[in-house]
Amino acid sequence: MSDDQRPRPQPTPETQYFWDGTKAGELRLQKCGDCEKVYFPPRPFCPACSSRNVATMAASGKASLYSYVIHHRKVPGFTPPYAIAVVELAEGPRMMTNIVDCPQTPQALVLDMALEVTYHKMDDEISLPLFRPAKG
Amino acid sequence: MRQKTVAVVGASETTGLGTIATMSQIQLHADAALNAMADCGLTAKDIDGVACATETPVQIAHYLGIKPSWVDGTAVGGCSFMIHVRHAAAAIEAGLCKTVLITHGESGKSRIAQIPRTIPAGSLNGQFEQPFGPMGPPSLFPIPVLRFMKKYGVTHEQMAMVSVVQREWAGKNPRATFKDPITTDDVLNSRMIAYPFRILQCCLVSDGGGALILTSSDRAKDFPTKPVYILGTGESVESPMVSQMADFTSSQAFSIAGPTAFREAGIAHKDVDHLMIYDAFAHLPLYGLEDLGFVGRGEAASFIAGRNTAPGSKLPLNTNGGGLSYAHSGMYGMFALQESVRQMRGIAPAQIPGAKISVCHGVGGMFSASGTIIFSNEPN
Repeated sequence: MSDDQRPRPQPTPETQYFWDGTKAGELRLQKCGDCEKVYFPPRPFCPACSSRNVATMAASGKASLYSYVIHHRKVPGFTPPYAIAVVELAEGPRMMTNIVDCPQTPQALVLDMALEVTYHKMDDEISLPLFRPAKG
Repeated sequence: MRQKTVAVVGASETTGLGTIATMSQIQLHADAALNAMADCGLTAKDIDGVACATETPVQIAHYLGIKPSWVDGTAVGGCSFMIHVRHAAAAIEAGLCKTVLITHGESGKSRIAQIPRTIPAGSLNGQFEQPFGPMGPPSLFPIPVLRFMKKYGVTHEQMAMVSVVQREWAGKNPRATFKDPITTDDVLNSRMIAYPFRILQCCLVSDGGGALILTSSDRAKDFPTKPVYILGTGESVESPMVSQMADFTSSQAFSIAGPTAFREAGIAHKDVDHLMIYDAFAHLPLYGLEDLGFVGRGEAASFIAGRNTAPGSKLPLNTNGGGLSYAHSGMYGMFALQESVRQMRGIAPAQIPGAKISVCHGVGGMFSASGTIIFSNEPN
């Protein structure tokens, strides 16, 4: 993949901690101090109980493959066919990502397979969280 | 809302459908609106409420020369029109306006003065979905499908039957874009778009539109067409991001909108003679059948593959051919509503004999929103 052409995310004041995390090699989630809900995507309040008493936390980076498509059309920054996947993090939330270090085929991409996070540096500010088959 | 206090008295699609190189998007709205006005013998001066989605009510009211006292610009994707019907019925019942025009026009294929859909890089979609390579609905909407198939043991052949059966319905409709019969092999050998879905499991891209005119039922009998009464309505939204839908095997928005409409209508599933479930992609009828309670969890794929929604069945589904074979401008919900109205009037190309109740269920975005309308052709 020639990743420089990927759509570049623009951090906002509410999401900056997440992108600071991936830049530092850490996948950060948020957890509610009142109801203990762990959630994603970023918001400075709890979507389960509306509390503003939330804190960031480092996720384990462990995940499983929840669902995906293998896209066959041309998109700038991607070489088809490539999987657009949703993974379920060990902490519970799901996120969209790509699966790397793995053939982009239905045979290789098996639902519920164990994955681990890896980071793809787009530029000095943005590193994207991608996932690869878990080692060991 | 009380049952049958509001009725559809005017309904029409655009004069043309498919490729309309002679009209901009706003003129498609106007073409459908003028056809609907002619259908019920009204003109712009008789309309006091306007609702639309691809254009704003400001643009449509000005273009058509309407001076509205009520507007609704709800734009939550392809089911916006179901939600417009719901809001319009409530507004008429509350006395906010008397006669509502709901318009849709979309130059989805020719793209003449179409308003571009952009995703800001700082939005949640822009930050947490777009960087991973989606390009529009065909790459996003089918993302939950493999989870649904795994959970319920659905085969690719069963999934392909959705397209096969809908093509059978389209074959009865001279206005359908694709009418030639297809087989499961045709579906499963068609060009791959986003595994597991191939081109014959994705909707068409069309130019077109439609319009509805609603008024109170006590006035409806004064119009030339058979009134189609609003029996029940529902709406909901979930998430702008398909990756964040709570359950990949069920739509939260469907599960609120559908049952709300059934409760309001006071009917049971066995009372339904005709069903439309917005089919932008082939999995949507499965989610719709299950979330609306027509079948149990995990039963929809074998239900459709077993021809229980095909011509001659007890639950005729997507009788115009659907978004897969009839037409799909980008926001298909208006076309589903038009088919329900035709069935209730008794004038559909594939007319269900004696149909009295039609359920019309829509989706917006990628499972982001939903609206359900239940129609009846019998007065109180």
